Amino acid sequence: MATARGEEFVIASGSDQVPERLAAALEPRFTVVRETRRRARQVWLDTFDGRLHAAGLTLRQVAGAGSGELVLSTSAGTDVACEPLGTTRWPRLLDVIPAGPLRDRLEPVVEIRALLPLARAEGTLTELRVLNRQQKTVARITVDAASLLRPVPAVLPTRLVIAPVRGYQTAAERAGQLLTVADGFAPSRHPAFESVLKLTGQPPGGAADIGEITLSPAMPARVALAGILLRLANTITANVSFVIGDVDIEFLHDLRVAVRRTRSALKLAGDALPGGIAARFAPEFKWLGDLTTPTRDLDVYLTGFDQMAAGLSAASPGDLEPFRAHLATRRLTEHRRLVRGLRSARFTGLMADWRSALEAAARPSAGPEPDVGSLAADRIARAHRRVVRLGSALTRTGAGHGPSGTDLHSLRKKCKELRYLLEFFGSLYDPPAYRRAVKNLKGLQDCLGEFQDGEVQREAIRRFAMQMLARRGPAGAGRQATVPPTTAELAATLLAMGELTAQLHARQLRGRAEVADRFAQFTRAGILRTLGITGGTARS
Amino acid sequence: MRVIATYNIKGGVGKTSAAVNLAYLSATGGYRTLLWDLDPQAAASYVFRVKPRVKGGAKALIRGARPLDDAIKGTDFERLDLLPADFTYRNMDLALNQAKRPTRQLSRLLGPLADEYDVVFLDCPPSISLVSENILHAVHVLLVPLIPTTLSERTFDQLTSFIEDLSGRRPEVLAFFSLVDRRKRLHRDITTRLPAGRSDIATAIIPAMTLVEQMSVRRAPVPAFAPRSAATRHYQELWAELRARARLR
Repeated sequence: MATARGEEFVIASGSDQVPERLAAALEPRFTVVRETRRRARQVWLDTFDGRLHAAGLTLRQVAGAGSGELVLSTSAGTDVACEPLGTTRWPRLLDVIPAGPLRDRLEPVVEIRALLPLARAEGTLTELRVLNRQQKTVARITVDAASLLRPVPAVLPTRLVIAPVRGYQTAAERAGQLLTVADGFAPSRHPAFESVLKLTGQPPGGAADIGEITLSPAMPARVALAGILLRLANTITANVSFVIGDVDIEFLHDLRVAVRRTRSALKLAGDALPGGIAARFAPEFKWLGDLTTPTRDLDVYLTGFDQMAAGLSAASPGDLEPFRAHLATRRLTEHRRLVRGLRSARFTGLMADWRSALEAAARPSAGPEPDVGSLAADRIARAHRRVVRLGSALTRTGAGHGPSGTDLHSLRKKCKELRYLLEFFGSLYDPPAYRRAVKNLKGLQDCLGEFQDGEVQREAIRRFAMQMLARRGPAGAGRQATVPPTTAELAATLLAMGELTAQLHARQLRGRAEVADRFAQFTRAGILRTLGITGGTARS
Repeated sequence: MRVIATYNIKGGVGKTSAAVNLAYLSATGGYRTLLWDLDPQAAASYVFRVKPRVKGGAKALIRGARPLDDAIKGTDFERLDLLPADFTYRNMDLALNQAKRPTRQLSRLLGPLADEYDVVFLDCPPSISLVSENILHAVHVLLVPLIPTTLSERTFDQLTSFIEDLSGRRPEVLAFFSLVDRRKRLHRDITTRLPAGRSDIATAIIPAMTLVEQMSVRRAPVPAFAPRSAATRHYQELWAELRARARLR
């Protein structure tokens, strides 16, 4: 049932009398029969970070009166899959698409991200058939005359697609050749989506891609750091409305990463900014980070819930359902609290003041100042030293029971600081060397993360268990929106949660056992040597 | 993918009309549908205006020299494709006999189409042969048009006992009365008496109608050129029963 999308043409003089002009162009070899003409709305979709576009795919919904379909095609215009889907309010997660080949094709690319409308158009779709001398349909023609409504109003070029009926490729090609030589039909080299992109002026994912700052070693450290922080501020701002709308969980994740990087930049290099900016804003960004933590933690639990439940051996995954219900209820509450915070005067004031302070800091000034090359080399070397010192101490004492959880947590934090510094100043270094340095550090970070995540999750499970018990008490009973579990159900759930903590503990032990090896690999790799940092200066 | 064959040992009982109209209703109902015209007389191919020719003929298809996929033609209707007839199909028995496991060749050939189609209709030639045996092994539902006469009743009984003796998976059988003429007492008697207590005979019947004969003149399925006709309604009723029997969602 595969259908080739066929050849595309742009109709020079618009959509007037197209069937008649087509008939004139194709006779006497073919006749043209008009099938249907209908109003249609078109929506082009992609994730906020443009995953489909990056994967060379275009997703379009065409909807008319009471019906519609989603069509996935390649950037070259070949249809990959389609699925009926009527008028839909976007953005939506992938589960809005019925299970089938289209969703199967989208899932590995889109993952947990929502599909957002990139552009909307409205117009008419005219369907025609091309018949051979035996009056057999050999090709289908669709004429698409539409105007872009959003993000910018504009008239789109009228397009025509001639698609062969299966088994009649040669006849359809001949019809295409006749159109090529006819007046007013120009073969289109680019799919319709490119015309849309030209008009919108922004590629999919453009809003998410705040852009890397390219630094040069001689740039004043103050200007460079302000530029880095402004970029992070843009990321925070770009994600806020989607976090408030709860569009998908990655918006909050991206916002949190930008906040965490901002805090690290202030801590590790804030002294390069003038006028006590770092001291003034650091507590506010700590508040912002803390505000987002509970919702994010619950997102992580709920997303990985099925996998976690599938790992149970003594308990049954069903035993954990009251736990899932508890997490979902908590998330609703925490998300409401987060939204209140992001809509507060404190947050809007923080972002406005922060931006003004950074813009002021980024202004050029006369006179010599410290350069970013030296600052980067100095801070990376210092952070590296801290990792090496702490890691060596921990792995030396690791012969007995191994390093404690607190020590490993400290080492993880030092590694994170080094990682952020590498990312901030990455553009100062040779790209392959930079990638090697990050890869080496990441190996150690992954292993420490495995340990620390287990620690945090075990602690959280204990906390959730206490909350679930407390909810059954007389104080909480009156406020419950859902039916509380019975004593037997709660007992089964708590036992299953106990098994989860045991699994997490086993995972932690595995992570801890690996730390020494990973740390040895990290020190052998010599990040400073890789980057050419000697004596606290960057290679230009 | 569900495979349905319109089959009867006798000719001229309404097999092709049923296959063409039901395949059309299947496609308009949203199922990706293929109709394989296995009858060398090529009536279904004629209705859909497709040349009754397959390069290499039956031999090339069965030997695998030409994949089934290559020979498929789109019809004038969305979601409905046709695998045309070829005059060499009259010798299909010989080609099948030369293959390994001769009774399972059609099943093997249809296998690769499973992702592409939801429903495959086989319009079978009137005979009882190696081709018929292949069909019985390949299909989920055997749709048997019956003219309400005593001889037809006898032939249907022969067919059901033949299926009962088959080894391996047996198809579901659904017979329906075709070319029914209510003015004839015999037709009225048999269409009332025979289905009583039997689940293998459909409630829907297809009367003898001029509009069905018009298919070969209009060269289109009845529901396409006469969507509001009584003939279309009869085929829709039959399709509803067949769809349930074939367990199509």
